[in-house]
Amino acid sequence: MSYLEEFQDRVSKISQGGQAKYHQKNEEKGKLFVRERLRRLFDESMNIEDAFFANCMDESLPSDGVVTGIGKINGQSVCVMANDSTVKAGSWGKRTVEKILRIQETAEKLEIPMIYLVDSAGARITDQVEMFPGRRGAGRIFHNQIKLSGRVPQICLLFGPSAAGGAYIPAFCDIVIMVEGNASMYLGSPRMAEKVIGEKVSLEEMGGAMMHCSVSGVGDVLVKTEQEAIAYTQKYLDYFPKNFREKPTVKDKKGVKQIEKNLADLIPTNQNVPFNMYDLIDQLIDEGSFCEIKKKFAPELITGLARMDGRAVGIIANQPRMKGGVLFPDSADKSAKFVQLCDAFNIPLLFLVDVPGFMIGTKVERAGIIRHGAKMLATMSEATVPKISVIVRKAYGAGLYAMAGPGFEPDCCLALPTAQIAVMGPEAAVNAVYANKIQELPEADRAAFIKEKQEEYKENIDIYRLASEMVIDGVVKPEQLRDELIQRYSLYDSKSVTFTERKHGVYPV
Amino acid sequence: MEIKATMAGSVWKIAVAQGESVGEGQDVVILESMKMEIPIPADSPGTVKELKVAEGDFVNEGDVIAVIE
Repeated sequence: MSYLEEFQDRVSKISQGGQAKYHQKNEEKGKLFVRERLRRLFDESMNIEDAFFANCMDESLPSDGVVTGIGKINGQSVCVMANDSTVKAGSWGKRTVEKILRIQETAEKLEIPMIYLVDSAGARITDQVEMFPGRRGAGRIFHNQIKLSGRVPQICLLFGPSAAGGAYIPAFCDIVIMVEGNASMYLGSPRMAEKVIGEKVSLEEMGGAMMHCSVSGVGDVLVKTEQEAIAYTQKYLDYFPKNFREKPTVKDKKGVKQIEKNLADLIPTNQNVPFNMYDLIDQLIDEGSFCEIKKKFAPELITGLARMDGRAVGIIANQPRMKGGVLFPDSADKSAKFVQLCDAFNIPLLFLVDVPGFMIGTKVERAGIIRHGAKMLATMSEATVPKISVIVRKAYGAGLYAMAGPGFEPDCCLALPTAQIAVMGPEAAVNAVYANKIQELPEADRAAFIKEKQEEYKENIDIYRLASEMVIDGVVKPEQLRDELIQRYSLYDSKSVTFTERKHGVYPV
Repeated sequence: MEIKATMAGSVWKIAVAQGESVGEGQDVVILESMKMEIPIPADSPGTVKELKVAEGDFVNEGDVIAVIE
């Protein structure tokens, strides 16, 4: 064989990945070949690939089961690592790990996003001494991820299993997109669970995509196909700058979605009646620009990226339609991570407030709602990007605080005319203050007394009174809210603030 | 299919009758919790086979409210 022939023979064999039977197996599950995934992910093809010949002395391990390199998404260069599950089930050998470490270190040097296409059975046990415990072992992958966190966006597309230690790759990413039916995360497989702790459980139930995206919250976005995961990644990345030093690019402006209803009619005046917060969001953002994160997890709080007049903004909104919009431990965690994500990459924040408060009762106290709520407050408080809160209707108790109330240095706190700010709602307050008095009254007089006291209470917390006291910075008609916000975000663009000087806070977790 | 309470509260209103057919997203029961109305909709269309609660009952998160077939 000539030099050229040998070269071409090797390139052609390595490019094909593992054995045909594994390709076929993947195809049956709707899984694309790793190189096809990358072709679809990038604007064109991958621009450069590193260590294509890794472990080429062993023909059964093409590229040692992982592809690493740099390509462009929406014109922006990004680093990528992608497991090849046709090669020993995408397991990690010594060189696999070294390749992953090197591409992470490249992302750190170039300060560009790092994307992980995960489809791996975990450690290659036969290589454990070389790949597991040492300085350049798999632990270093997570160390690198933690170091990259907040410097560059890190995205995980989970196409297959992510087992044991490998499950920490998604855990340290900003966002995890999971393909239903194929993606899974778990520390110990169902087989191991049965052997070690005697639990009988299916993979889907224990670590499937639906479970993680709706119950555990380790997954963020549930999709049906790999193509959908790729499309979501492309959309999501468009809201981000390439690293923490830069701001997101402002895109072409678009109008809002046209609806027949009057905006004011969407928002019921009775504070206790639910409404659909998505309808209000639609009327504030550029049409079609909403990129929701954790849609299925803690749906009583909506978090997502959007554009207003082309400018990226992160929205945190209570959803009265789900669980009354009450805050729970999960909703607090959801907000904490999202606010950190936006603040890290200079995406302004918008809080849409309609919250009866944090949930009360034994169940949530035992779940530690106080420390979870503290996380929500801490991250929101620390965020130094332009930060606006809009009191849509009620903002009761610590709910006001958690949703960027005036005490937490929002750049402004606006209210709609339907707003009501108080320690608690009129019903609960009258009950709390006058419980004994009500008991003493003859039953026939009670209703009238309660009504009278509630009216008094409402006057006391009247939104114009709070505007007069400058608790809030303005009262805005719903129809004018979008324009008001666009103006303000554009004017706040030059905001540059350091929260405080210290090594780091001692975070409530 | 079981319709479960999404949070602790009391049953404020039962919006359907036994034997009635319901559409996806239609409210089956409205709870009252934290002074808020909490609608509990059906996840998929069907017929109300059984109502497990009465108005005024306290329910915990995860309690079965109704069975839809």
